[in-house]
Order: sequence, then structure tokens, then C-alpha cells
Amino acid sequence: MFDVEKIRQDFPMLRNRPDLLYFDNAATTYKPQAVIDAVCGFWTGYTSNVERGDYETAVKADRAYDHTREIIARFINCEPKEVVFTANISHSLNQIAFGIGRWLKEGDVVLTTEAEHASNLLPWFRLQEEKGIRIEYVKVDRQGVCHAEDFRRAMHEGVKVVSMAHVTNVLGSLQPIKEIAAIAHEYGALVVVDGAQSVPHRPTDVKDLDVDFLGFSSHKMCGPDGVGVLYGRYDLLQKMDPVFLGGGMNARFSSDGSIIYKDAPQKFEAGTPNIEGVIGLGAAAEYLMSLGMENIQAYEAELRAYFAERIAKLDNIEFYNPDNTSGPITFNARGVFAQDAAGYLGAHNICVRSGNHCAKILHEVIGTDQTIRASLYFYNTKEEIDRFIEAAGNITLENAIGIFF
Amino acid sequence: MSNTNSLLADPEILRELIMDHYQYPHNHKLKEDDRYMMKHMASDSCIDDIKVQAKIENGVIEDICFDGVACTISTASTSMMTDLLKGKTTAEARKIMQNYFDMVDAKEYDGDILEEAIAFKNVYRQANRIKCATIGWRAMEELIEESEKGNE
Repeated sequence: MFDVEKIRQDFPMLRNRPDLLYFDNAATTYKPQAVIDAVCGFWTGYTSNVERGDYETAVKADRAYDHTREIIARFINCEPKEVVFTANISHSLNQIAFGIGRWLKEGDVVLTTEAEHASNLLPWFRLQEEKGIRIEYVKVDRQGVCHAEDFRRAMHEGVKVVSMAHVTNVLGSLQPIKEIAAIAHEYGALVVVDGAQSVPHRPTDVKDLDVDFLGFSSHKMCGPDGVGVLYGRYDLLQKMDPVFLGGGMNARFSSDGSIIYKDAPQKFEAGTPNIEGVIGLGAAAEYLMSLGMENIQAYEAELRAYFAERIAKLDNIEFYNPDNTSGPITFNARGVFAQDAAGYLGAHNICVRSGNHCAKILHEVIGTDQTIRASLYFYNTKEEIDRFIEAAGNITLENAIGIFF
Repeated sequence: MSNTNSLLADPEILRELIMDHYQYPHNHKLKEDDRYMMKHMASDSCIDDIKVQAKIENGVIEDICFDGVACTISTASTSMMTDLLKGKTTAEARKIMQNYFDMVDAKEYDGDILEEAIAFKNVYRQANRIKCATIGWRAMEELIEESEKGNE
């Protein structure tokens, strides 16, 4: 039994701001007390830099930092040494594209979709410009889903990399990554997965999915900002070059310019990392696992279905992704610009996000540029959805302008 | 003038004005004429994307027009700006613009010279929308600066 009222007690933001209705969880999430305590515990009890500390608190900091690798390894089913800490998923994807880019040659193809977030496209665009690789897009349907049979038709010998989101950030399309990875591997292509919108919401098993790289962000799964994860198959991480060079990532270097890198994952973590953030991420993953990712997924599916059924009945709302079972509820109020509608909801203490959600080429698929995204997490409730539906039913141009008077 | 002023104190009228300028924006078509200077405002946020054109000759703003994808506040505030500043000298326009910027920053301002643009007097209460209410005005400010540089 998923006791959401009890879970809500773990979140100071929910207790301190009962007036707010927070439906912007695809952007970032609230933090449970356990994460706050882990971060503050480091700051107040054992602040030290990591690596080679010869005193007690430094050893403790070092262990806590590395312990998060073990937690994340359990969380996504990989080896701790396959977990690289980054600043966020954008950093993870830039590192992946940079590293793979050094293995690609002119004319090689990166296959992706038009539903991707900017962070999973722009690093590949740079390779197109600098290395002459080619980007191809596999077809998605009106709900943004890339079907395995369409994917198979789009695959060919020239494709060296397949990169896509497991769950897309605008429409919440769940891509059949396991089938896609199997097909891509038949052709010897590498599979990169943007897990920003999937890892916080469902069980993730990189071995079962058989993906080569996966990125995700801590702050979207109850952890601190400024920390991301890059999972990579260990043999690939060992071969891959790091973007950043500096302290902590080299084993030795000499005046003739030669550098010997450390082994992965340390090779990718130049400079003092976000130590409190990584420790907080460990606490966040432990917290999610204590609730159970299957339970979170099941509860959110129930909430989303409840939400979808009700918003579909509102005459003033155009609802774009009724058939998807995960991710945000994406909509517009008819005749009202997305930002005006979001401003109306904001004036009623309802937090949603308007815009193109960093997915600027998606409009070709859904036929609109700007949308509003209401995104849930496991601490949201049906009562909150009822309150949202009541407010959304009142979004009109008059009311949206009315907030200024 | 006092008649107009009392009308412009009525929130219902002000709301209607914004709606009207949003649904039927004035001067909402770009010109194919190289005497017009143009400013494209698209890099501030990923939402508003507007172009403002002005024909400024001998220190007089002879024409202003605009186009683009934007919210009600951006569209209506830019539409009102085109009405208000057209035909003014750049010095007069600067004075009006300064009053407008002061108003949206919740500072002291002279409401009389802002005419319909007084409709945006409460926009400072929605801090995230100040950018929207000023995007067209800032474009115009830059165009005036450019024209003055050109005349030096």
C-alpha cells in the first residue's frame, strides 16, 4: 500500500507550502528530509575534500562519496565503477557525444528522434559541424512514440550511434528501448539513452535494457541540483576520452606533455566534485528504493490516468498526449498563449511550465510550438488533480489577462 | 483629457484594451523597405520571438511596425507602443519610454503621457512577465539608439 499522506510528511516543501500545487516535477522535484539531512550532515559533520585524505573526516567524506556509486549501481543494476558523476544530464550527454565523437568519421550516422530534448541533440549537432557526421531522425507517431518496426526500417549499416530518451520530456512518450537496443546492436551501433524523465519514475535496469550509455539528473529524482550520472559500459568508459582534464583524473603527467589518465570512473571527474550533491543523490536513491520504484511507477500510472480522464473532459483544453501512460500531461487552453495560461495558473499557486520545453523541433510532430506541461511525482494526490482541473477549466483569455488587475 | 483619464482608471476597460490589442494588434505587419531598421528580439527567452521595425528620419519616428509569436502581454504592449511612439521625436519617445520602464519597475511615473499603455501598470506584480511587457519597448529603444548613432 502506497501511503501518500505519510510520504508527503517527508517533504518540507509540501509541509511548508500547503498553498502550492506543484505540478512541475519534470523540471525539478522537491527534496525529502533524508536528502536534506545527508547534505547538511556533510556540511556540519565531516566537510573535507575527497581523495587521499589522511585524516578522519576526509576519509569519511571519501567513503560517503564513493558509497553513492554503490547505491546508484544497485539503483540501475550496474557495477559501481560504471557510475560517473557529472554536473547534470546535459554534462553527461556532452561527455558521451564528445567521447564517441572521437571514434566517428565523416559520414557516420547518429540516429535519433524529433522528440528529443536539446541536451540530446545539440552535442550531436556540433559533431555534424565539426566532424561531418550525419544526423538522421526516425519517425515518431503523434504521441511521440518511436515504434520498433519504424526503428528497424530506419536502421542501416552507416548508423554508428542511436541516441534517444527513454521517456520524452514534452509528450512523455515511452520508447521501446529494449527492442531498439537489440536492433541497434545487430548493426553494431552504440546505444545512448537520455534517462532524465524515466529514471526518477520507473525501475531502470541497464543490463536488461542492454544500453551502452545512460544519463540522468539527481535533481529530478529528489536529489540535489548540480549532480548528474553518466552510466557507461566499463570497456567503453575505459576507451573513452574525458572532456575535462585536471586534478583528480590523472595518474601522472610530466613536462613533456604526456598524461596517464586514471581508470574510469575517476578519469571523467576532473576537479573537486559536488561532494555534498553526490552524497545527497545517494540519499535520494536510497529513499526512492525504500518506497520501491515499482510502487512509484504503479502509483504514478494511476494518478496520470485519473488526470488524463478528467482533463480530456474540459472543453477549453486541447490535450496532446492522452494515449501516453507516463510523463507529463501536455496541453493548451484554446485561444490562450501557453505562457498566459501558465501565468493564470501561477497566479492561483499552481506550478506548471510553459514553453517549448527545450524540444524546439517537436512542433513539426504535434503542430504547435508552445505547450503547457503539468508533470506529477509520487507525492502528488488525486485531490490536487481535482483542484488543478477546477482551475484549468477557468483558463480563458479574459481570466488570463484578469490576473493583472 | 480628464474623461479619458477616468476611463483609463477602470480595470475592466484596461483589460479590454489588452485583449483588443492582443487579438487585433495594430501595425502588425513588417515592411519590405530598406529605410526601416529592424530589431529581432528572440534571444532573451525561448518563448517570445518578435521583430520590430522603425523608420526614423531627422529625429522623427515616422513609422513603427512589428510581427512575431508572443504572449498577450508582449503582443499588446508592443502594439500600444507602436501607436504611442509613432510620429513622436526621438526625444519625446525617450521620455515616454522612460516613464513606461519606471511604471513596470514599480517606480514613480507620469501616467498621463503613457495613455493606453497605462494598462500595464500592475505588471510588476507578476515579476516573470516584466520581460514580456518590455520586449517591444526595448527593441524600440535600441532602434532609436541606432538611429542616433547613424546621425552622429
